[in-house]
Amino acid sequence: MDLITSVSIFVLSIFLGIELISKVPPLLHTPLMSGSNAISGITLVGSLIACGVAMETKDATLGAILGFLAVIFATINVVGGFVVTNRMLEMFKTKKK
Amino acid sequence: MNEQVITTFTQLAYLIASVFFILGIKKLSSPKTARSGNFFAMLGMFVAIVTTLAHKEIVDFKLILAGITIGSAVGWFVGKKIEMTAMPQMVALFNGFGGLASMLVAMAEFYIHDPKSWTFDVSTTVILSLFVGGVTFTGSIVAFAKLQELIKSSPVVFKMQQVLNGILFAVFIVASGFYLYDTTSLVSLTVILFVGLLLGVLLVIPIGGADMPVVISLLNSYSGIAAATTGFILSNSVLIISGALVGASGIILTQIMCKAMNRSLVNVIFGAVGGEALASGGKKEKRTVTNYTEEDAASILDSAQSVIIVPGYGLAVAQAQHVLQEMGKMLIAKGVSVRYAIHPVAGRMPGHMNVLLAESNVPYDLLCDLDQINEDFQNTDVVLVIGANDVINPAARTQKDSPLFGMPILNVDKAKSAIIIKRSLSPGFAGVDNELFYDKKTMMIFKDAKEGVNKIITALKEL
Repeated sequence: MDLITSVSIFVLSIFLGIELISKVPPLLHTPLMSGSNAISGITLVGSLIACGVAMETKDATLGAILGFLAVIFATINVVGGFVVTNRMLEMFKTKKK
Repeated sequence: MNEQVITTFTQLAYLIASVFFILGIKKLSSPKTARSGNFFAMLGMFVAIVTTLAHKEIVDFKLILAGITIGSAVGWFVGKKIEMTAMPQMVALFNGFGGLASMLVAMAEFYIHDPKSWTFDVSTTVILSLFVGGVTFTGSIVAFAKLQELIKSSPVVFKMQQVLNGILFAVFIVASGFYLYDTTSLVSLTVILFVGLLLGVLLVIPIGGADMPVVISLLNSYSGIAAATTGFILSNSVLIISGALVGASGIILTQIMCKAMNRSLVNVIFGAVGGEALASGGKKEKRTVTNYTEEDAASILDSAQSVIIVPGYGLAVAQAQHVLQEMGKMLIAKGVSVRYAIHPVAGRMPGHMNVLLAESNVPYDLLCDLDQINEDFQNTDVVLVIGANDVINPAARTQKDSPLFGMPILNVDKAKSAIIIKRSLSPGFAGVDNELFYDKKTMMIFKDAKEGVNKIITALKEL
């Protein structure tokens, strides 16, 4: 995929995102932020590739260490984000018990 | 299977993951479907991770599994333990981690592949990912430190700050030029990295505590864009699509917050207003307010047919949301219609007050946002305001010279009467006096939020 294809996908997705997110009520803006925060942890995919590929590459120890750290931080972002979003959404209840 | 088929399957799986993310956000449009939306997003993440691990070049999983295990344990623990009042700090910190991961991936790529062979496209994206990731990382850490009160939340401003930022940005452009010329240059790359890290700090320190909701939203957007730039390096569609979704989310929330605070984004970033007292509208004539007691409030609330409660951040500071919920329940049991009016900047981040009240078991159908409820104030008997000030100041509608002018406010002044629980007459963040406090139909109760509500409850029981 060349850069221009990537950029096209990016721009179109931004417009899609704006459409979707403007329909989220202010009531749920905090879960939206923590949830989208977890989604932005998708960098984990990049981290996994970097870490995995570095392990197979000669003389790339530093690359492997950087990839390993990236995996840790991205996973914290993903797991923490989803856990806390779920916890918040559980609290939103109507009057019925 | 030949390589072509595998690649097609991988791309398809990433597409499915992207669709799950889109559905996840779509389902957040209603509190009824929101939880399943979160599960869709998790599923999307799961599909993306499994697909990646099936990547042909990844053979050894030891290091990866170790990283995932450590990250999951930490993330799980923080996610379970964090207080709802601390949500803004947590989101800021996690944003920072996302940015850090993007930055680290860009650095790792430099050591893994032979940069000599990099095309213009790849080098550009490495630069972007490194820079955006770095800015997001340190900017978020500073925001976190301010919100957690590890450092002073007031704006840090010094002479020539904008000039310095401008120079640093110029250095970034020049270093990028050098790097594109010589892609093996570790020096240029290091310069780009440090400029990014430094700019992140410099861009957030001048922003005051009151403006933090804007900053968190903006950093949320950056973390998405950082993820997308990493996607550019790896030509990976799922990173680009989900990064763009998060980027868009941050942009919209930033706009909403700016509008609700009556500030432009440029003004928030360069204005350094938050916390500093503005001297405008300063005709300080001695005016008297009538001091009422909790018993007066209780008897008025008891005889009302409709009540709207307006909570502000003062409520959360006093940890009064639980007693407030109890009071609301008592009134509902007495047949009073009770609703809560939530201003967009009532909490420390978008939607924060809703979460705090939901945590205290207030049913979410009683929580109304500004547009839903603003027309109803005029037909309401009593409005109870707790710990809010600027967001109910009628000067926003009437006084052209007020810094609040034009800001959307809750129309508390249009209700038949208002009870305001507040510690003192001191002005809010904007430093503007509030006309409403001196209005004849306003009852001021000078108390801490929790103590005041508790006493109203006692008085209601005795009625």
